[in-house]
Amino acid sequence: MERAVRLKVNGQEHRVLVPPHRTLLEVLREDLGLVGTKHGCELGECGVCTVLVDGEPALSCLVLAHEVEGHEVTTVEGLATDGQLHPVQQAFVESGALQCGYCTPAMVLVTKALLDRVPEPSGEQVREAVAGVFCRCTGYVKILEAVQAAARRLREARA
Amino acid sequence: MRVLEERERVRNVVGQRLPRVDGWAKVSGRAQYTDDLTLPGMLFGKLVRSTHAHARLVSVRLERALQVPGVVAAITGRDVPVRYSVFPVGQDETALAVDRVRYVGEPVAALAAVDPYTAEEAARLVEVEYEPLPARMDLEEALRNPEPRIHDYGPFGNVHRLASLEFGDVEAGFAEADHVREDLFFYGGNTHAPLEPHSALAWWDPGARKLTVWTSHQGPHYLHRGLAKALGLEEHQVRVVVPAVGGGFGGKLDIFHHEVCAAKLSMLTGRPVKITLTREEVFYAHRGRHPELLRIRTGVKRDGRITAMHVEAYLDGGAYCSFGPATLLYAGTQQPVTYRIPHYRFQGVRVFTNKPPCGPKRGHGTPQARCALEVHLDKLSEDLGLDPVELRLRNLTGPNELTVNWLEITSNGLRACIEKVVEASGWRQRRGRLPYGRGLGFACSAYLTGAGGSIYYSDMPHSEVHLRVDRSGGVTVYTMATEIGQGSATAVATIVAEVLGLQPQDISLVTSDTDLTPIDLGSYSSRVTLMVGNAAYEAACRARDLLFDAVAERLQVPRSRLVARSRRIFDEANPEVGASFAQAAQWAEARFGCLATSGSYRPPQKLGTYKGSGVGPSPAYTFSACVAEVQADPETGEVKVERVWVAHDIGRALNPVLVEGQVEGSVHMALGEALMEEQAFRKELHRGPSWLDYKVPTVYEMPEVITFLVETDEPRAPFSAKEVGQGPLLCVVPAILNAIADALKVRVDEVPATPEKVLKALEEQRKGRTGRVGPTKVPPFSFPPPERVPRPQSWEEAAQPA
Repeated sequence: MERAVRLKVNGQEHRVLVPPHRTLLEVLREDLGLVGTKHGCELGECGVCTVLVDGEPALSCLVLAHEVEGHEVTTVEGLATDGQLHPVQQAFVESGALQCGYCTPAMVLVTKALLDRVPEPSGEQVREAVAGVFCRCTGYVKILEAVQAAARRLREARA
Repeated sequence: MRVLEERERVRNVVGQRLPRVDGWAKVSGRAQYTDDLTLPGMLFGKLVRSTHAHARLVSVRLERALQVPGVVAAITGRDVPVRYSVFPVGQDETALAVDRVRYVGEPVAALAAVDPYTAEEAARLVEVEYEPLPARMDLEEALRNPEPRIHDYGPFGNVHRLASLEFGDVEAGFAEADHVREDLFFYGGNTHAPLEPHSALAWWDPGARKLTVWTSHQGPHYLHRGLAKALGLEEHQVRVVVPAVGGGFGGKLDIFHHEVCAAKLSMLTGRPVKITLTREEVFYAHRGRHPELLRIRTGVKRDGRITAMHVEAYLDGGAYCSFGPATLLYAGTQQPVTYRIPHYRFQGVRVFTNKPPCGPKRGHGTPQARCALEVHLDKLSEDLGLDPVELRLRNLTGPNELTVNWLEITSNGLRACIEKVVEASGWRQRRGRLPYGRGLGFACSAYLTGAGGSIYYSDMPHSEVHLRVDRSGGVTVYTMATEIGQGSATAVATIVAEVLGLQPQDISLVTSDTDLTPIDLGSYSSRVTLMVGNAAYEAACRARDLLFDAVAERLQVPRSRLVARSRRIFDEANPEVGASFAQAAQWAEARFGCLATSGSYRPPQKLGTYKGSGVGPSPAYTFSACVAEVQADPETGEVKVERVWVAHDIGRALNPVLVEGQVEGSVHMALGEALMEEQAFRKELHRGPSWLDYKVPTVYEMPEVITFLVETDEPRAPFSAKEVGQGPLLCVVPAILNAIADALKVRVDEVPATPEKVLKALEEQRKGRTGRVGPTKVPPFSFPPPERVPRPQSWEEAAQPA
């Protein structure tokens, strides 16, 4: 039943032997030890398991591991480089956009995906980008601020 | 007071908009939550849950489940028969049902297997035989049908607890009134829905005869006691460790079935066992807001001054005690904290029903009564032709007074809070003058900064902190303060850093480990900033004393001139004379030996001596006021909250970013309670134990939030810092309801105020009846005569004619 699956996660190649029904979320957390990706319902409702597949947000609890063969998966562990937080992560910390932190990996990933596509997003575009991820702590106020702060940081870095 | 002097000297980090100390770990995905942990040889546990709301448990057979390859152990209620509860008076739960099940979802068996799939498959093979009993699914049913009783304790029938208290002479107070009004209100139950499902990992070390439980929990001390009792162990054989917690809101404070079962399964197998609940199971674990029916009767003079108030509360407690005895009393304690009520009667009853147990949720027991009161006051102001704000202003409490129910108010910034939101929202110019469909609503509230009494009686401190300074200048603080996202770690680090002249990020924290950290009672009742904060402050001051002594001696500087700032200790009159913090630590270690200090905090003695007076007292109260602006659609019944102005008397914000975050999060949770969230049942089943059916506000529903932090001097709080985690939620729910009334001229006297209810109220109005939906009667029940409690002397003096 099990088959070998080749995954590229955060730029690194992995080969795992998994049954076909095993989700990307399970493989990330249990086979690869990338527990930064969280689970909140495993039904595709809450969005906290969001990862990026080829730069686009995907609910890892609804994606089978074998479906992403040949695609690039990015998890929260892939954002910070050389111990330096990604500008999106810095903006989240400085804006106070996290409390319990459980939705935070997903929030920073959907923010990164948005800002990679739209460097100067409107308020509506920001809301749309984060709408798929629940946050139960912050009331989203500081998350929206953080996304705009991150956009400014990235624009400044490019300028 | 040392604290007040210190307040004058704040120069370092208190009040700064600094990043939270756990920010890096959380934003980088490195923070470890319980389900992220694995141990060698770990098994995965699964609970089997009742499919009946009320039944005699005839038999639970494990044979078929145990035959599944990979299943290592399975247990039933006979293996864990000891009753427990956090509340000493309510020892009514077992880890697995023994002979009766009392709600759908109550665990009846548990097993451990080599992987989660095997555990789940085997759980389906556990054979359970039930003999159904009639299920009571709401207050009225449970009161009308005393037999069969859901529990064999409590005063009678399905009544769990009763309260009946009178302060002053309520009938005399009503006789003085020019106008008396009575209203009914129903507050629907709702649940915490933290994003992280509950999870526990237990490991029994047979050699050391020691159990370690890592768990997503907000009260490790009570859990520690509960686990020892449930498992028949000595307390020193149990260690509870709390990793990062993905939200609590009161929902991770009880002793939970999966925690006891994981531990028992580990003891049986000698292997670590982890049980993580599914999202559906989190709805069964519950302990959320009690559905509550309220009747409030208030007498007022023509000018709006309150002469008497009578509050009746009917609480639907679900199937077990949980924190119910406190929840019941909280329904009556806080009304006199915001308003002067010369004569006050509170009567309440908590009833058992066949639903998951209700318990403490953000605001614990007070939001229901607060909401009912604030809606009631709005109607009273209409009766009197007074502006709703004006009615409140004429009855406000002030600083340094005793309420009629013997609660001691120290700092009180309510008036300033009201002024802020009234002015910012344009209340005086806009209220009542907006087009049909748009409205403004107002409400006030108060909350405790920590419960004055512990849940089990003791005269020991409620919070203790150890602090260590090492010779490299490192500072480590050991505290059981449990970080659930509210920012307790940052609060403690900020206080210690302020005293020692460091930055919060310089402080290493060892938290929430019952083997390593001294007592703190838990992250509930908004107690941590004040209580752990005071203990940490004391420990830090003692460490600073040692450092100052050593530096004064070495540098021959008068000790009184030394200050700790910018990671140095130096002569304030001559700043270049000084030492780095690390140098000072080395001199102090050379002088005194190992540098370790401790601090502890015990709240002041309560003043009331009546039965039930242990619930309500707090070292300090916070106050909040809110104006909400809504756009309500008379065609669809949909209510959109567009803007919320909240002012909160914080005392002083240790870190304004975190404080604002608590206010904004409170608005989010209040919005859900006001408009959409409900832990509802269809026949015996939860109506939808998933996030598709249980609606929480998303980013699209969130209004603009305008927060004002009002500062007051609070001598009992560290640097004056009072709570913010719960208080600001309370006023937002009734402000929204009052705004709906202003917008559509109909009343929804029930939360959640769903579009369906709004439309029904409008339809009533169109038919020429009162435009109102909400309860019209109370259940058949008579309260025992109230215990008459004498009022504090100050009230008797005030009553004397001048």
